[in-house]
Amino acid sequence: MRPLLLASAAALALGLGGTALTFAQSAPQRRGPPLQDAASFSSIPNQQARSAALFGEIGKVLTHPRCMNCHPATERPRQTDARRLHQPVVVRGKDGHGAPGLECATCHGKQNYDPARMPGDGHWALAPASMAWEGKTLGQICLQLKDQSRNGGRDLAAIVKHVTTDTLVLWGWNPGPGREPAPGTNAQFGALMQAWADSGAACPAS
Amino acid sequence: MAHTFKVNGTTHSVDIDDDTPLLWALRDNLGLTGTKFGCGVAQCGACTVYLDGKPLRSCVTPVSAVAGAEITTIEAISGREAEAVQAAWTAGDVPQCGYCQSGQVMSAVALLKENKKPTDQDIDLAMNGNICRCATYARIRAAIHSAARSLEV
Repeated sequence: MRPLLLASAAALALGLGGTALTFAQSAPQRRGPPLQDAASFSSIPNQQARSAALFGEIGKVLTHPRCMNCHPATERPRQTDARRLHQPVVVRGKDGHGAPGLECATCHGKQNYDPARMPGDGHWALAPASMAWEGKTLGQICLQLKDQSRNGGRDLAAIVKHVTTDTLVLWGWNPGPGREPAPGTNAQFGALMQAWADSGAACPAS
Repeated sequence: MAHTFKVNGTTHSVDIDDDTPLLWALRDNLGLTGTKFGCGVAQCGACTVYLDGKPLRSCVTPVSAVAGAEITTIEAISGREAEAVQAAWTAGDVPQCGYCQSGQVMSAVALLKENKKPTDQDIDLAMNGNICRCATYARIRAAIHSAARSLEV
């Protein structure tokens, strides 16, 4: 009884409402919004137009809160489906893992901890500032994604490998209860990225 | 099932569910009540301990995640930075109700271990995750500066 009373008092004091009181309840994993298969773009005869259209579909994933929240334009990540600024206040820090004394790993473990709604991954971090997507058009994100001076020196094959094998990217489809997963499946996303690369990696005009 | 980890230099084996928060194991099973339960969702910092020397919110960490690790709690922090913080906290009469203070001290010591001369901004960025319901923030910041100065000599 005492811990519950304490939790209630703390939740009220922190303005968390019912969050702390309901953390022990589990919620079923939601599915994200739908994503079109790469094959559905094969009817576009012009290769460049097809490639740009594929990236348009890819953009549904890149601009989803699960991805965009940690590709911020500022030093501060966002959180939740509503993309509010992260609480408590945390910053990118020198290497994307937070400031001395309050690093990402202070709260985020190696995997999700659903009883407390805490998301986690082995290398939970912010994307480097050179890969900030917030506020950019899909065309700008596309050019940035291909630019090896900004993308960590990755060629197209390395980009496809990154988005299909990196555990933090894959987390986007397994974000734990209370967060909408990234659109479609990672397999669909990987196939779209491969088809985009194979078709010349064209970028949308805007 | 049994979970084995080291706390304050002693190896313990605790037979509890895998997803039990480390905080509950520390307080309820091992009797180390210096670490506090505040919010249960990593918003207040009262539950801060060290995992292999780095700050960790024990309320959002399952015991299954600390197998074989070295946990340090407020009962056992030691070293120059800890002594400097303790002295500065006492001299500045920092705590009011005191509930959050073990977490505040753990974060302050961790900061000083990494940054010997923190600026106001460094302090704010390190201590943002430690909420004080008595709003002793000004005294906390002054005490960290004071502790840093004492470490220069």
